[in-house]
Amino acid sequence: MNVPEDLQYTRSHEWVRTEDDTATIGITDYAQEELGDIVYIELPEQGDTFDAGDSFGTVESVKAVSDLYTPVGGEVVEVNEALDDSPEKINEDPYGDGWIVKLRVSDEGELLSASDYEQLLEEEES
Amino acid sequence: MAEGELRRTPLYDEHKALGARLVGFAGWEMPVQYEGIKAEHQAVRNRAGLFDVSHMGEAFFRGPDAEEAVQRLVTRDVSRLDEGQAGYSAVCYEDGGTVDDVIVYRRPDDFLIVVNASNREKDLDHFRDNTEDLDVEISDETEEWALLALQGPEAPDFLQNLTGTDLSSLKPFRFAEGEVAGVQTIISRTGYTGEDGFELYLPSGDAPRVWRELLDAGATPAGLGARDTLRLEAGMCLYGNELDPETTPLEAGIGFAVHLDKEQEFIGQDALRKEKEEGLRKKLVGFEVEGKGIARHDHPVKVEDETVGRVTSGTLSPTLNKAIGLALVSPGVEDKFEVVIRERPVEAHTVELPFYKREKK
Repeated sequence: MNVPEDLQYTRSHEWVRTEDDTATIGITDYAQEELGDIVYIELPEQGDTFDAGDSFGTVESVKAVSDLYTPVGGEVVEVNEALDDSPEKINEDPYGDGWIVKLRVSDEGELLSASDYEQLLEEEES
Repeated sequence: MAEGELRRTPLYDEHKALGARLVGFAGWEMPVQYEGIKAEHQAVRNRAGLFDVSHMGEAFFRGPDAEEAVQRLVTRDVSRLDEGQAGYSAVCYEDGGTVDDVIVYRRPDDFLIVVNASNREKDLDHFRDNTEDLDVEISDETEEWALLALQGPEAPDFLQNLTGTDLSSLKPFRFAEGEVAGVQTIISRTGYTGEDGFELYLPSGDAPRVWRELLDAGATPAGLGARDTLRLEAGMCLYGNELDPETTPLEAGIGFAVHLDKEQEFIGQDALRKEKEEGLRKKLVGFEVEGKGIARHDHPVKVEDETVGRVTSGTLSPTLNKAIGLALVSPGVEDKFEVVIRERPVEAHTVELPFYKREKK
C-alpha cells in the first residue's frame, strides 16, 4: 500500500499536503482500494468553509457511498473539477491527479504522520 | 466480524489465491470482486466471466408426488416443462407475497429447485410444511453441489472445448447432463447477467479443477459485485430488493412466471387472481436519473412532495454509464418522478426494461 512519506493523514483515510497556508486534500491509496471503482463524487464549492472534521462531500463507488471529511478547517479555494467527468482518477492516481480540494487553512486539525498512518493500516488489516 | 461462522464454498482457496475481496453474504464468505467490478462487468459483456455461485441452494424433489408438490409450491405450470427444460418461477404465500424466486428443473426422475442462498432455510421449511400430505422426499443437497456460472458471448466456445455435449443444440432454459473436463455435470443454458451462458452444477470436490480449466480457457473470474450490476442492467429481480413477502410477483413485473390459469392450484393463486382483477397495488419500473447522483436501495420516490414509492435497486450502469435503477411505485405514477438521494431530490424518468439487451447472433 502506497503511503508517501511527505504527506499527513487522518484516521478516516484522507491525506493532506500543506504548502504555505494551502492544504491539498485527497483520499489515500488504501481508501480508493477499499472503495473499488469510483463512479461519482460530490464536491463542495469554491468559497465554502469547513471546520476540521466536517463532511465536505461524498465519494461513491459501484457498491458503496462514503463521506469525505476534511482533516483541516478552512475555506475552499479550488476543487478538482476534472473529477466530475473522470472520478476514476482517484483510483488511478490518488495522490496526484486524484486530489479533491484545496483549502486555505484556518485550523490545522489533528493529523497523523506517514508512519502513524501505516501503523493504523496494519491494525485495520489484522 | 464473526468470520468463523461463515460457510465457505469449495472454491474458497481459489478465490484467496486470485486475491479476491471476500465478504459475508447470506451466511457465506463470497468473492465480491477480483480485479474490479467494472472490469469484470465488461469482461462478461464482451468475452466471458466465471462466477462461483455455490452458495445458491439445491433442493431435490423425489417420489411419486414430486410433481404435485412442485406444482403446489411454484407459480409456473411445470406440467408444461419438458424433461431437460428449466423454468423461472416465483414461490408465494397464500396472500400472494413472495417467498422466493427460483429456477425449477424437470429431470427424468425428479425435480430440482434452485433457491436463493438468503432464503434457503425459509424455503425448505415452506416446501416441507406445505407438502406434508404428499408422498415426496425433499432433499437439501446444497453442500454436495458446486455451481459455476459461465456467462458472456464467448461462453459457448470456451465451454465447448471442455465438453463432448453439443452446446449448439442446447437452447435457452434447456439443460443436459454431460462431462465437463471429465466431471459429470448438469449443463444448463441459464444465467443472471443478460448474456448467453451456462450454469454448471457439479460435485463440490471436483469444482476447483473445473474452475481452473475454465479460467485457463480464457474466462475472467467475476464476483458478486459484477453479478449485481449485470443483472440490474438486464432488468432482473433480486430477492430482498424487488421481491419480498410484501410484494407479489405481479407487482415485481415477473407475471410471465405466474400461470394464473394453472389447473392444479398453487399457493397464492387466489390472491394473485384477485389482484390481477382488481388492479396492482404497486408496480416495478425502470428509471434513469437525470441529475447528479446515484439512486440506491430504499431511497424514496416522490411526485410533488408526496412519497409514491421507493427505489429497490440502483447503480451506475457500467455499460450505459448512466445512473439506473428499479423502483416499486404506485400504479398511477407516470414517466417522471424524483428520487431523494441522501436528502436531495433528483429528477428521474422511467425507461423500458431491460436497460441492456444483448444483440442476438
